[in-house]
Amino acid sequence: MKYAYYPGCSLESSAKEYDLSIRACCQYAGVDLIEVPDWICCGASSAHATSHLLSIALPAKTLVQTEKMGLHQIIAPCIACLTRLKVADMEMEEHGDLKKDVETVLESTYKGSVRVRNILDVFLNDVGLEKIEKTVTTPLTGLKVACYYGCLLTRPPHIAQFDDVENPHSMDDLMRAIGAETVDWSFKTDCCGVSMSLAETDVALELTNKVLEGARDAGADCVAVACPLCQSNLDLRQKAIGNKFGVFYDMPILYFSQLMGLAFGATTTDVGLEKVIVNPFPVLGAI
Amino acid sequence: MKVAVKEDTTAFAKEIQRKCGQDVLTCYQCRKCTMGCPMAFRMETKVNELMRAIQLGLRDEVLSADTMWWCVSCETCATRCPQGIEIVEVMDVLRETAIKEDYYIPVESIEAFHKVFLRSVEAYGRLYEMGFAMDLNLMLKDPLKDADLGPVMMAKGKLKLRPHKVKDLKSVKKLFENVRKLEESRV
Repeated sequence: MKYAYYPGCSLESSAKEYDLSIRACCQYAGVDLIEVPDWICCGASSAHATSHLLSIALPAKTLVQTEKMGLHQIIAPCIACLTRLKVADMEMEEHGDLKKDVETVLESTYKGSVRVRNILDVFLNDVGLEKIEKTVTTPLTGLKVACYYGCLLTRPPHIAQFDDVENPHSMDDLMRAIGAETVDWSFKTDCCGVSMSLAETDVALELTNKVLEGARDAGADCVAVACPLCQSNLDLRQKAIGNKFGVFYDMPILYFSQLMGLAFGATTTDVGLEKVIVNPFPVLGAI
Repeated sequence: MKVAVKEDTTAFAKEIQRKCGQDVLTCYQCRKCTMGCPMAFRMETKVNELMRAIQLGLRDEVLSADTMWWCVSCETCATRCPQGIEIVEVMDVLRETAIKEDYYIPVESIEAFHKVFLRSVEAYGRLYEMGFAMDLNLMLKDPLKDADLGPVMMAKGKLKLRPHKVKDLKSVKKLFENVRKLEESRV
């Protein structure tokens, strides 16, 4: 199984552990990732707010490069990148005029032969739960995980085309396949405040506090995420949340791929476990 | 009460439909959008109110509203709209139009965010996260904002000190230039 791989800007720095753990999991699961050479930013979350043409042209450049690599599927682990790539592909297919404009801007043509794939979808449907279960060497028995999907993994449904939009379970399925327990909770698809965390931090704290409270009340040991902004918003500012609301959650926020990698036998360094802010070692200690 | 509407107020809604394909005129004020909106608590004009204002052709009021600047594009409203209006696409059109027509943007920090973000992408081809955060703080006149987080992230190897410039920066600059040229030719 060969896929073009688009890490995106966050996975190069603030979400390095997502990149490390995705690469580790893919290696164990037999998924070949070939990084798009010299890829550029997808423009999320600012291009679509300021210029529609720019918001399509930026990810379209990556789609064109993927075609040049001779590959027909591309994986973008960051859900914002994933959405922007998908929107670009779908809008160019639907609107011939827009496609022409984008091709003029890029000074190259796009055949439209690339399928943009969600990494959870690849693990669930290309690799399959059966193979994932077989690959596990260290089941995460006893670990209670709150799977947090955030906004764009399932929304909007005509773009995401993935899982149940209000009560998704794909990440729960994966976590159970590696031996963890998943909790039922009401905040799976609530918003973390995304880029507000930088520009209007207080607003983001209101939202992340609710999510963390929900995970704690459901009895979770940690929260599993699949998006760099979900991760950093929930992980980085727990101290600030404590100062503002008087509750210190001390809740580890891990990429689902970090947990999967550990279950597959990767070391904590392989999956960048040392890089998350709230120390996850105590809750993982027994494993 | 009888309300007499003397002129056709649908021109603005039609302009939006032309720009993004979304027909706001079909909104019947069920308010699901506002009920599910995580940012409604900060909005002076709620999402359903904005939809109504569009239907009434209140172009100036809509383009200077705060709604689209608080919107985080989480897609909850669009997913739940019984009329299938992709409200986030409407928000994008409103943001883009407000910027192009020089409307006052009531949430200054968000305007700064987008500017600094795209400046970084145009300069390096990729977002230089640390430089971006520092530039944003300067623009917001709060240079020490999140200063406590810098060392924490640095210790965890989560911050790159230098930008990663893509090799083919020329094509990135060209892309941005071409977008501007094409857009200007259409005004």
